[in-house]
Amino acid sequence: MKVTDQIKISLFRTMLRIRQFEMAVREHFQKTDIPGFAHLYVGEEAVATGLCAVLNPDDYVTSTHRGHGHCIAKGADLNRLMAELWGRKTGYCKGRGGSMHVYAREVNLLGTSGIVGAGLPLSLGPAIHAKLNKSGQVSVCFFGDGAANNGTFHESINLAAVQKLPVVFVCENNLYATVTAVHESTKTENFADRAAGYGIPGVIVDGNDVMDVLEKADKAVARARSGKGPTLLECKTYRHFGHYVGEPGTAYRPQEERNEWAKRDPIRMFCTHLVENGTIDPEGIEAIEHEVEKEIVEAVEFAGNSPLPDPQTVAQHVWSGQ
Amino acid sequence: MVREITCTQAIAEGYAVAMRKDPSTFIVGEGIADRGGCFGHTTGLLVEFGPERVLDMPISESGFVGMCAGAAACGSRAIADIMYVDFTTLAMDQIINQAAKLRYMSGGQYEMPLTIVGVSGANRSGGPHHSQSLHPLFMNIPGILVVLPSNAYDLKGLLAAAILTNDLALVLPHRGLLNARCGVPEKDYVLPLGEARVIREGKDVSIVAAGMMLHHAAEAADKLSDRGISVELIDPRTLVPLDENTILKSVKKTGRLVVVDEGYSNCGVGAEIIARVQEKAFDFLDAPMQRIHPVSAPIPFSPVLEHALLPDLDKIVDVVMKVAR
Repeated sequence: MKVTDQIKISLFRTMLRIRQFEMAVREHFQKTDIPGFAHLYVGEEAVATGLCAVLNPDDYVTSTHRGHGHCIAKGADLNRLMAELWGRKTGYCKGRGGSMHVYAREVNLLGTSGIVGAGLPLSLGPAIHAKLNKSGQVSVCFFGDGAANNGTFHESINLAAVQKLPVVFVCENNLYATVTAVHESTKTENFADRAAGYGIPGVIVDGNDVMDVLEKADKAVARARSGKGPTLLECKTYRHFGHYVGEPGTAYRPQEERNEWAKRDPIRMFCTHLVENGTIDPEGIEAIEHEVEKEIVEAVEFAGNSPLPDPQTVAQHVWSGQ
Repeated sequence: MVREITCTQAIAEGYAVAMRKDPSTFIVGEGIADRGGCFGHTTGLLVEFGPERVLDMPISESGFVGMCAGAAACGSRAIADIMYVDFTTLAMDQIINQAAKLRYMSGGQYEMPLTIVGVSGANRSGGPHHSQSLHPLFMNIPGILVVLPSNAYDLKGLLAAAILTNDLALVLPHRGLLNARCGVPEKDYVLPLGEARVIREGKDVSIVAAGMMLHHAAEAADKLSDRGISVELIDPRTLVPLDENTILKSVKKTGRLVVVDEGYSNCGVGAEIIARVQEKAFDFLDAPMQRIHPVSAPIPFSPVLEHALLPDLDKIVDVVMKVAR
């Protein structure tokens, strides 16, 4: 894939959109406008953005509990996404799912997920469906370092490998499975090394460098699309906030470590790169920031002004034909 | 004259009916392709439908059930042949947290045409891990159809029906009935889900029993008839949805009810059916309703212990005699 200036600017816009969306979620969660839980993707924006940039609109994505970024990068409507988080009737799932169970069929997003590791088996479904129909679609499975230690990781990657399913497994290694550091839960240095055990390529990616993600994702997606089977990408990244909004105690992550990663903020790094290379000038950046801000304000207004679901419909959609 | 086939053959025919009717249907499982399934219950499928639609799987229940759920959401019709129902426990997250509620969680954006088939029930020392009747577990979860066929005719038609619905379905042929024969038309057919069948009419006591328990209850009904007790015997065929009307109609006539089931009693089939009858036909009852279940213990290996645990002819006769008094 040839990365034009236009594409680069679009990558920046998408990352910014995710960041600002998440900051709005944080604010409105703290104001109790948003019920339940909120796991923010801030700091990891480059992974979803770089990956989804090489997908076709009809390719599939399965996501995680930290999934708003995947939804946005895949092209989900910000209004309907925000409304779902607010538990409104106008949300993608009519308020039945919320943050950890967002599904958006119009962009082939087969769900964020409240169960760590559950998306791995599920992601094989679109892949075998595509294979049966010879449609050329690819299934991308996002999961974290925590899920990589669930049995579903082993079952799913082995099964995809042996059936040569068109899947790209994307491990977002943000160094902590909830609050457990990766070196306390995992003996090996890189999750990508495990790919060799399944007879598939494993690739280490700088998850804070959107161009590195895009380049390596492009190869993995092309490989899947051409019928050669899955790839395991390990994107090394970091979340800026806690496991969830309102997490008590943050001492499990050393301040020094947080400072180091803050210096490698994916949006700031890419912004500097774009300006230094003359892809866009600071005024252009500012204009994009204002445009995105407007979109987010609109999404919040849409969610806040949307009706609540009708309690009479609580049993609707348990069975087909309802 | 209608030819007779076994339940094992009926499973293969039920699969084939659905796979012919909807070409988007595929089946996965362990040893189901070339080998024809560990009971011989998928014989012929590979030849008729080819290796793209009949796939052998690694022993990865969570992996392949989840794969089927995802494919079903995308519009394929999926069958996961899981061998023994005991092995569904390895895929519980995918069944309960994903497949059963994916339509609901998504606000109706996705359908779930996935059917899981696992042989169920105790038979000749299968032991604690190959003998269980886990259907009450699944009855407790919204969004799962639960089918417990008692004979080859029903099995073929109900299995095809389950596959062709857009809901997650669990079909549980009884291991002890796999070689049981009955008349089954060669032609393709589909039976309605949620329709009980009155196996024999009677006036004194209604017995509701599915799967293998229906056969014990039928024997008991013969014996009870010799003692002057007329039993009305009902096979619910599907437990979700449950044909409440047929059961209520019968109880309103006989005034007495005994439920026999191979699942455990605690929050079980007996509790559910008796509660519903109590709610809707209390005034018609002439005696306390009774339920007969296995002893609440794991299913033991030794034949004498296995026998001690399970409901059988004598236990059913004893209970019905007391109810009828």
